[in-house]
Amino acid sequence: MGAQQRVFKAKINSTQSLRKIFKAMELIAASRIQKAIDRVHAASPYASALTRAVAAVATQSNVAHTLTVEPEEIRRAAVLVIGPDRGFAGAYSANLIRKGEELITLLRQKGKDIALFTVGGKAETYYTFRDREIRQAWTGFSESPTAEHAAEIGEALLADFHRPHEEGGVDEIYLVDTRFVSSVSQDPQYRRLLPLAVVDADEAHADRGHGAGAGHPAHDEVFPLYEFEPSAEAVLDALLPKYIDSRILTALLNSAASEQAARQQAMHTAVENADDLIKTYTRMANTARQAEITQEISEIVGGADALAASGADD
Amino acid sequence: MALNVTVVAADHAVWSGEASRVVAKTWDGDIGILTGHEPVMALVAGGEVRILTADGENIRARADGGFLSVENDRVTVVADQAELV
Repeated sequence: MGAQQRVFKAKINSTQSLRKIFKAMELIAASRIQKAIDRVHAASPYASALTRAVAAVATQSNVAHTLTVEPEEIRRAAVLVIGPDRGFAGAYSANLIRKGEELITLLRQKGKDIALFTVGGKAETYYTFRDREIRQAWTGFSESPTAEHAAEIGEALLADFHRPHEEGGVDEIYLVDTRFVSSVSQDPQYRRLLPLAVVDADEAHADRGHGAGAGHPAHDEVFPLYEFEPSAEAVLDALLPKYIDSRILTALLNSAASEQAARQQAMHTAVENADDLIKTYTRMANTARQAEITQEISEIVGGADALAASGADD
Repeated sequence: MALNVTVVAADHAVWSGEASRVVAKTWDGDIGILTGHEPVMALVAGGEVRILTADGENIRARADGGFLSVENDRVTVVADQAELV
């Protein structure tokens, strides 16, 4: 076998083994998407119950709560970027980070300081590589976030929100995450989490409608006159942190589903590309083999001719 | 007429179905809910929520630090961690 042929055979072999890896990753991601979607659905009754309750309390009682009141001056904004821990998901994390950068530029233009919070190794390394200060980073659960993780993040964000500006407190909190629209479409987005615009019931509803979890309550429904126990303030005090945690959990779960979907798509493309490469290399190897055969034949024919010619001379 | 009860935890729905009575402990004491109860939103002060189902079965759900809302005979018990006991 000629040297050229051997080179192509080696390339075909290595592409084939890469293809196997891509295929396996595609199948794994595909099997995890459904699980991730199920988790988004499972969390949605809680989210819609809380959204309803918060909207009901806020529309009925004229309680001014720290979490809902717009501060006079916004000097520092917290940005929570929810990204993946691993790569191999195509443009998923690049799109997300671009969206985050868009938001950060926007906030900077308004003269606000930024306090960065990140979820997932990819988001963290993007900022540490660029020497940007991260206030807090969480890693290790981008693919399977739980309510405890969301509560932990919520607690950290709320602690900063309640702290005065001089001690590093923030005046508003933004979320950058990816909304899972379908297995072929994921939508990076940013939204403000705090201060809460409770009239947001519509938006929150739209969120759930678009996300994998569908909500039931109608937009324009009028809430009944609730009796609050022990008091409207106490109920709101207890509900708001839960509501924040639930929003964060929804964002985490949507991002996890998006990550798997993006990975499946990326790996699918990779498998197709590997197939193309294998085909190209096979063609080239065949050409090389043909060329070698042709050369051998012409050598034999040429040799025979030379022999015959020298015989005729005798 | 029966109460339509849903018990949800942060990451999953725990139980839902019809019930004839729901009893929960709030900060001000026990609250019992039968059909036709006025709309209420109450914080659950730890402990159990007792549900008497339409079939006369007794269900207990732990709903620590959650809340309970009642309207139009729809009862929703929401807690970070809820489980049937």
